[in-house]
Amino acid sequence: MAKIKLAKSKVDTLVEICKSFNNEGSELINVLHKAQETFGYLPAEVQEIIARELNVAVAHVYGVVTFYSFFSMVPKGEFPISICMGTACYVRGAEKVLEEFKRQLDVPVGETTEDGKFSISCLRCVGACGLAPVVTIGERVYGRVAAGDVADIIKEYQS
Amino acid sequence: MVLVWRNVSLMRLAFSKEDLKMEKMIKLTIDNKQIEVPHGTTIYEAAKELGIEIPTLCYMHLGDMGIEHKPGGCRICVVEVEGRRNLAPSCNSKCEEGMVIHTHNMRVLNARKTVMELMLSDHPFDCLVCAKSGNCDLQTMAHQFGVRELHYKGEQSTYKVDYSPSIIRDMDKCIMCRRCETMCNDVQTVGALSAVNRGFESVVAPAFEMDLEKSTCTYCGQCVAVCPTGALTEKDHTNQLIRDLADPKKTVVVQTAPAVRAALGEEFGMEAGTLVTGKMVSALRRLGFNSVFDTDFAADLTIMEEGTELLERLQKHLDGDKDVKLPILTSCCPGWVNFFEHHFPDMKDIPSTARSPQQMFGPIAKTYLADKMGVKREDMIVVSIMPCLAKKYECQRDEFKVDGDPDVNYSISTRELANLIKQANMDLTTLPEEDFDNPLGESTGAGVIFGATGGVIEAAARTAYEVYTGKTLEKVDFDALRGMEGIRSATVDFDGLPINIGIAHGLGNARKLLEDIRDGKSQYHAIEIMACPGGCIGGGGQPLHHGDSSILKKRAAALYREDEGKAIRKSHENPYIIKLYEEFLGKPCSELSHKLLHTHYFDKSNEIEIE
Repeated sequence: MAKIKLAKSKVDTLVEICKSFNNEGSELINVLHKAQETFGYLPAEVQEIIARELNVAVAHVYGVVTFYSFFSMVPKGEFPISICMGTACYVRGAEKVLEEFKRQLDVPVGETTEDGKFSISCLRCVGACGLAPVVTIGERVYGRVAAGDVADIIKEYQS
Repeated sequence: MVLVWRNVSLMRLAFSKEDLKMEKMIKLTIDNKQIEVPHGTTIYEAAKELGIEIPTLCYMHLGDMGIEHKPGGCRICVVEVEGRRNLAPSCNSKCEEGMVIHTHNMRVLNARKTVMELMLSDHPFDCLVCAKSGNCDLQTMAHQFGVRELHYKGEQSTYKVDYSPSIIRDMDKCIMCRRCETMCNDVQTVGALSAVNRGFESVVAPAFEMDLEKSTCTYCGQCVAVCPTGALTEKDHTNQLIRDLADPKKTVVVQTAPAVRAALGEEFGMEAGTLVTGKMVSALRRLGFNSVFDTDFAADLTIMEEGTELLERLQKHLDGDKDVKLPILTSCCPGWVNFFEHHFPDMKDIPSTARSPQQMFGPIAKTYLADKMGVKREDMIVVSIMPCLAKKYECQRDEFKVDGDPDVNYSISTRELANLIKQANMDLTTLPEEDFDNPLGESTGAGVIFGATGGVIEAAARTAYEVYTGKTLEKVDFDALRGMEGIRSATVDFDGLPINIGIAHGLGNARKLLEDIRDGKSQYHAIEIMACPGGCIGGGGQPLHHGDSSILKKRAAALYREDEGKAIRKSHENPYIIKLYEEFLGKPCSELSHKLLHTHYFDKSNEIEIE
């Protein structure tokens, strides 16, 4: 089995997070949320430690991480792009917008550009259906986005 | 999470028992037949009572083992409930008063066939060359439902085939019934497999979708034993064996595990629990093995070594030695060995150091026997026939090799042997009964019962009692050690000295006993552990039981029958064992015994290196 290498401070932080949830296996999702909030993503090493601390199988942890699109095993970009694929956004052309982001940044959903600047993910409904299709970059929300707007949006972050 | 799941199923069990007490009965009609069932009964179970076998691909209920899996996922078991809008999955729908149910009307048959066709639309079309062909539930049902063409064409999942030393995973063939997950997580608590990803991409896989070999898999093979398709199969060594048997330069000897003789007949249409020892021996001889030996002989040898070790530790304990490790745990089962190496490495000095019978047979064959036969080690091939998939891995372990040559070259399963016999144009049922060869073919009743849960510790008790007390055991049957309960305990009286014995089968049960030891709560002197439910008779390499756990009971009964019929029933009275010690090993736990018949264990837990 693979050896895990992780800085002590990181391990300590994880142990602390698990402890704050009483090392309960049933708190796995909450622990993963907190861990992703702290580290930005959930690499294999982090999942191994969480499994050990909560006394659950690491395969199970991985199963949960891969089930929920919110969790990511790769670091998100400096500017994380999320395209809403909820029903309203979808019927108003979100898929075309997504395809355009993928094409222009040359990166698939769930991954990050080589320079670490952008990552693309999909989400389901940000509660702004009136603005469909919606794209969020970091905390900023873009409404009524069309495929033709994508180049200009990306440009805003490239300077 | 795993723990929580288990609690839920326990609660469910508790509820249904409570309901039974209240004796609230429900009347319903299934296929025009009336039936009364206790509250809480599922439609599937009620139908079964009436002799109606509703087909299913995911539901699994091994009653005697307390194993239940009803995710309602495959949707094959749907039935029509009059007055209900949609069809109901019978495996997890409870019976209600006055229900009128149809299990095979037009609507149901059409739905079932459509579900099957959808499943097949994402399934490879390689039935003719699939290892599971002829024994595949998916194939059988597709045929049964009259699927003759597929109306749905679409994307098909493709995954890399994962070859481990014991188990092959071909997830293109997985239908997500998730029985393997239940066996791996809830029953065995191994946690090697989990459903990962979602939607079309979902698949059952080890953590990080790495190879099984790099996971915590113990190779117990219980996932293979319940897989309804060809997604999980064993690594097949039959072609290697056919090549070796055809090589005139090689002396090929075979050893057969106790549990094989109680199950092999099933592959030839014989009733479960039919003993085919003599027929199996003649089949092996006709296949071309130079000598046909018995792992039961090595089981007797195991008792000599393990029993001596037990008495040594016990004596030290009685003499007040605080460092001596008790309880002693049996070490015959390679799935169990893998389990504690992965999950309880801190306790790796507690199990007996005695090798398993398979791995005791190998070195004795390649030294003592090879010498007697005048055969060089490199010209001898030792093959084992095992009810087990972990044995395939065990014989490849580095510590069981001499200069790269394995003591046991490879292991083939009961299922593989059945195929081999059929391939050689033999019908087992018509073969004559023959005897094993000697000197490694003679065994006692104690060796035979190794194949059933509780058998190893009973065999050890028979010998240890006589060695310790110096008296003859009047009654060799220790009934208290037998049975199918997951965890059992009994106290055996060694002439005034009470010996506490624990037994666990199924790794989830083993885990409970181990946690007690770790917490200092264990009162046992000796514990027998078998990875598979029922012991080796329920091994991952046995003929598939297709969910009928009564088969396991019948196999166990067959072994106890063979034991009863033996003239000698205590390992230390086996004349060839006595001779082996006189001529070769000296005495149990001698220096040579330690070199050839004992082993050591490794920490295989996930090492976390902190920078």
